[in-house]
Amino acid sequence: MLGYVLRRLIQSALILLGVAFITFFLLFVLPADPVRQIAGRSATPETVENIRQQLGLDQPFLVQFGRYLGGLVQGDLGRSYLQKSEVSVLIASRLPATLLLMVAAIFCELLIGLSMGILAALRRDRFTDQALMMTSFVTVSAPQFVVSLLMLYVFAVKLGWFPIGGYGTFAHLVLPAITLGILGSGWYSRMMRSSMIDVMRTDYIRTARAKGLSRTRVVLGHALPNAILPIIAMIGIDIGVFMGGIVVVESVFGWPGIGQLAWQAIQRIDIPIIMGVTLISAVAIVLGNLLADLIAPFIDPRIKLK
Amino acid sequence: MKHLLASTAVLLALTLPAMAQEYTPDPAAKQGGAMVMTYKDDVATLDPAIGYDWQNWSMIRSLFDGLMDYVPGTTDLRLGLAESYEISEDGLSYTFKLRPGVKFHNGREMTADDVKYSLDRVTLPATQSPGSGFFGSIKGYDAMVGGTATSLEGVVVVDPLTVRIDLSRPDATFLHVMAINFSAVVPKEAVEAANGDFGKMPVGTGAFKMTEWTLGQRLVFARNTDYWRAGEPYLDQVTFEFGQEPIVALLRLQNGEIDVPGDGIPPAKFTEVMGDPAQKARVVEGGVLHTGYITMNVTAPPFDKVEVRRAVNMAINKARVVQVINNRAVPANQPLPPAMPGYTADYAGYAYDVEAAKKLLADAGLPDGFETDLYAMNTDPNPRIAQAIQQDLAAIGITANIQSLAQANVIEAGGAGTAPMIWSGGMAWVADFPDPSNFYGPILGCAGAEPGGWNWAKYCNADLDKAAVAADSMSDPAKSADRLKAWSDIYMQVMEDAPWAPVFNDQRFTMKSDRMGGADALYVDPIATVNFDYVYVK
Repeated sequence: MLGYVLRRLIQSALILLGVAFITFFLLFVLPADPVRQIAGRSATPETVENIRQQLGLDQPFLVQFGRYLGGLVQGDLGRSYLQKSEVSVLIASRLPATLLLMVAAIFCELLIGLSMGILAALRRDRFTDQALMMTSFVTVSAPQFVVSLLMLYVFAVKLGWFPIGGYGTFAHLVLPAITLGILGSGWYSRMMRSSMIDVMRTDYIRTARAKGLSRTRVVLGHALPNAILPIIAMIGIDIGVFMGGIVVVESVFGWPGIGQLAWQAIQRIDIPIIMGVTLISAVAIVLGNLLADLIAPFIDPRIKLK
Repeated sequence: MKHLLASTAVLLALTLPAMAQEYTPDPAAKQGGAMVMTYKDDVATLDPAIGYDWQNWSMIRSLFDGLMDYVPGTTDLRLGLAESYEISEDGLSYTFKLRPGVKFHNGREMTADDVKYSLDRVTLPATQSPGSGFFGSIKGYDAMVGGTATSLEGVVVVDPLTVRIDLSRPDATFLHVMAINFSAVVPKEAVEAANGDFGKMPVGTGAFKMTEWTLGQRLVFARNTDYWRAGEPYLDQVTFEFGQEPIVALLRLQNGEIDVPGDGIPPAKFTEVMGDPAQKARVVEGGVLHTGYITMNVTAPPFDKVEVRRAVNMAINKARVVQVINNRAVPANQPLPPAMPGYTADYAGYAYDVEAAKKLLADAGLPDGFETDLYAMNTDPNPRIAQAIQQDLAAIGITANIQSLAQANVIEAGGAGTAPMIWSGGMAWVADFPDPSNFYGPILGCAGAEPGGWNWAKYCNADLDKAAVAADSMSDPAKSADRLKAWSDIYMQVMEDAPWAPVFNDQRFTMKSDRMGGADALYVDPIATVNFDYVYVK
């Protein structure tokens, strides 16, 4: 177990190094000059060169990358080119919001997705099943921006049940979390449905039924624990999807997460922020997957970590 | 010096024609109340030496003051932290008398040392100020930039309330330079205490002080009760909320939750808002010191021929381009916007004339037209504008392939000189200060034509550069009319050479809630975007 974790952590570190290298390289070859963004339109060539030297952007790629890594291992993500603040402070101030929304959204996804999946499996090939699967198809394909705005318009503007965007109270969290929950539930419901159908066909379920157990106990007590296994792995992957896809929902609901920060930084080639957010997201994805793998043996003792 | 002091009154009287009268306060204005403004993006910085975008520009103006200022809602200079000033006869020395008893937000009194410290700081290379170049006429500037000095030789503290600034060349724009955000006075101890993060912990002398900044969420300004302009500002508090999509901001405005949507009216909703009388009543419209133009690279064929460039000027149906953006602009015929001093009102510009344009192309030896690239920024409405221009060019036989790229990439291509044509929208020139010279140097002068510069047409006319220097040497306020005439002539020569095709001048449309008071001009202030110091709650 310990050896497995250690091996996976080393693998993760290598993945992160790769992510850092590729991102840094892409930003390096980008046909745009961050120094011009800092120096502004009225700068003289001397000023531009001066800033380039101060930031070390006149150095060859490997030197720049080496310096960045050197800072990184000391926990230094650098200073934003344009805001001049520490990147770690900027990210730390926004990460809690993104994590909160992510946890709430995954909860909603599971609640909606799993209920739909179970119901569809039990009503297999009947109208309920078809209607639910159609719905899941729609939610998976629906554009985030439109659904977010629609939710905001109906529940906040027209009905006035929730605040129109923002952050701070539980009421602010409900709409973006449910929106993300609905949008992401399709994957879970489809997976849950097929997993449930497989399990319901197995011998031990037939035995449980033959014993005369109630339908609820068969489904929730016997079938669900086995059917849910593939879902656990999916949550790990979902964290990655969130890190990439939360930007739109954050921006519509005015949720002050790292998606917003990244978006602004990309517009202005603020390399330290782009690198920082990319790395933090990569860490979240890697850890999410690792966590899913580590949890699996506890739920299913047949799985052994090697 | 004695002679100068004696003549202060005379000189001031001379400068007054260029400087309008003080602001007449709104009789209905009253103290108290709070306003809420929204933005999509968080503010990058509130450091006056660093902040250089349309969003933080007006915020910084309310937190800090410079020696000079503008009459609210206008482009007219007035005194700021300086109580009076005098200019030496050769125009090379400016002596500012500071107002006594002005206090920073931290309670300390502002003195001439702070003025010197602030100017040193903004020009010190380590500060990385994008505004450093504005101070190029101060004596000792080159040594600062070159790293051989850490203090501007030309800024001299005469006594605690007097500072003299010596210039290395006459600079008629110098009073404007003393009014831009970059020259705002900051307290040394607060800058040092912030340890490199002054932009997040600003301390100034301004009408408001910052009391809260939750990154990505909200920024709160509270009234500076010690403000040196007695009775101002009117509002007790201004709150900025971030992360609000323009369309969400509009919904919240309609709901009465916010007062001003900082990002304006979303383009997709513009027609709807203007068509609804209740909403239209909240709309405020104003001019911006902005020109949107097409640059043509004069160093490479086919745009090295003046006939071709003139043909492009005549081929563009500006009225239709303006329609594409719902009439949120007015057609332009010269580099300067109409509200800018020095604008040539009686100039007709190149008329829209397809046949004449075709004839010019034929004269240039290109009767069948040619193929070229038109670069444009990839955010709405710029690609749509580029398409309208593309169609107009097609009508005279020019096939323009649109290269729609991110802002930074267009700027890079423009600076490198690899873009034959660029539509400037989204990156276009908005004046730093209301003076005609501000539209020349970096974008039309020889200095800007260097690799990496903002003169994307690579237009370099040495005679015009000389004329520009001559015009900016006319720092005697009595000659201000002659100077504006000189600038007008310069821009007329630019139009003759046609490195640009000016297309339109932006009009700014914003909205305010029913409860907000104050003249419309304060909400579309040409200098401050929104002038928080003078708006009030009814």
